[in-house]
Amino acid sequence: MSVPRKIYMDHTAGKPIDSRVLEAMLSYMKFFYGNPFSIHSFGEEPRKALDEARIKIAELINAERKESIIFTSGATESNNLAIKGVANRNADRGKHIITSSIEHMSVLNPCKFLKTKGFNVTFLPVDSYGVISLESLERELKDDTILVSVQYANGEIGTIQPIKEISEIVHRKNAYLHVDATAANGLIPIDVRKDGIDLLTLSSNDMYGPKGVGALYIREGVRIEPILHGGGQERGLRSGTENVPGIVGFGKAAEIAKKEMREESERLSRLRDKLIRGLLESVPYSFLNGHPTMRLPDNAAVRFSFIEGESILLSLDMMGVAASSGSACTAKTLEPSHVLMATGLKHEEAHGSVLFTLGRQNTEEEVDYVISIMPDIVKRLRAISPLTPKELMSNV
Amino acid sequence: MYSEKVMEHFKNPRNMGEIKDADGVGTVGNPVCGDMMTIYIKVKDNRIEDIKFKTFGCGAAIATSSMITELAKGKALEEALKITRKDVADALEGLPPIKMHCSNLAADALKLAIEDYHKKQKSKEGAS
Ligand code: FES
Repeated sequence: MSVPRKIYMDHTAGKPIDSRVLEAMLSYMKFFYGNPFSIHSFGEEPRKALDEARIKIAELINAERKESIIFTSGATESNNLAIKGVANRNADRGKHIITSSIEHMSVLNPCKFLKTKGFNVTFLPVDSYGVISLESLERELKDDTILVSVQYANGEIGTIQPIKEISEIVHRKNAYLHVDATAANGLIPIDVRKDGIDLLTLSSNDMYGPKGVGALYIREGVRIEPILHGGGQERGLRSGTENVPGIVGFGKAAEIAKKEMREESERLSRLRDKLIRGLLESVPYSFLNGHPTMRLPDNAAVRFSFIEGESILLSLDMMGVAASSGSACTAKTLEPSHVLMATGLKHEEAHGSVLFTLGRQNTEEEVDYVISIMPDIVKRLRAISPLTPKELMSNV
Repeated sequence: MYSEKVMEHFKNPRNMGEIKDADGVGTVGNPVCGDMMTIYIKVKDNRIEDIKFKTFGCGAAIATSSMITELAKGKALEEALKITRKDVADALEGLPPIKMHCSNLAADALKLAIEDYHKKQKSKEGAS
């Protein structure tokens, strides 16, 4: 098979911007440069545009009103605002926060930071599929728990959390539920009212919008305070002149996602299943990371025993394929992925993991190509590895 | 992120494999990231006549093991012992700073293999 072209299967790391989104943004960079805060006519168009984007995002997640959407610089800021903003404002009610051990760093690190400021933080364990333990959530929820922060789905292993059940448990006590939907938004339907979510982190680029924009949904009545102080934009919760072109693009991306999600996610799920099945069938000693069915449509996370992820990525790259890995050797910290370790994998098992995340441009032909090149890549690296069992080398 | 030389050795590693009746074997684990490397040597007249490696690790680890076998092959044992991780990195036209620890693996594994050879020699002498 010939190399079709460069194949990009690293969509959790970054997505291309949709051309319709780019189109919508352009006039807000060229012509409507006014400040939405201004009283004069130049402020009017940007102000309207902000409103429209807010409505589109509110509609995507079925928020009760557009004012519940606060624009930020991205998911990291939204997570920080949700966690620190709720903790600081509600410290009088309690100082206990619960999160899970497989959250993104922009959730884990604010929680760890709050720990140094006198808050107690519980990190819930997950099972081998990466599903948060509901029993331990029930056990750990106390009268002084003010916030539970969990992700909608995990970008690294694809596992979708039982958010509705989590919400029911959390709301038996007096705590708020914050959900980081960065990996899930635009891929699976999210309904903050049905799901019972108090705060929700959204990211623009993860929906093929521009980078550097995000939002935090805050249900009416949630007690929260800002972490950025200044001119009082975004109902005082996020000061700083709004990134109007970015927000317009984000709104357009949300509109497209709402319209096309069902069909596109079905298509992606089919490609995902084909890729996973193809890899597991053609490579001995390969395993799926994450949940087999409660799984993001774009996520094919597979690990190959006896070899290391970075050398797999280099080999894939030589064949024109871009993917990522949770191996210690690919991390700046030289630690294996905390997500994979939390699911109970051993260090050397986490080493051989490769993450393919699919996107709108990927085709079935590309999936077939990846399946066709993987066995030889693995075989070659296994021949180099001292860990490969002798029997395996003789019959593959 | 890697030099052409590193990629070349990654693509076509030299002296990869095992030596069944090796005179010395050295295995090290990488304490930093958890990887592993084994070096086998065959010694004749105090020279490294043959050398092979097996590596479980990143691209840099595979390339450094390949490179050190090239550098060590044919050398007298005392000379081979003097090969440092810096020599390996230089021969590869440099390594990214975060990957320097991988070149430790190669230098250490070679040292252990030579030590193992000396140990075996001693016990042989003791036996005869
Ligand atoms: S062997 Fe792990 S970073 Fe090189």
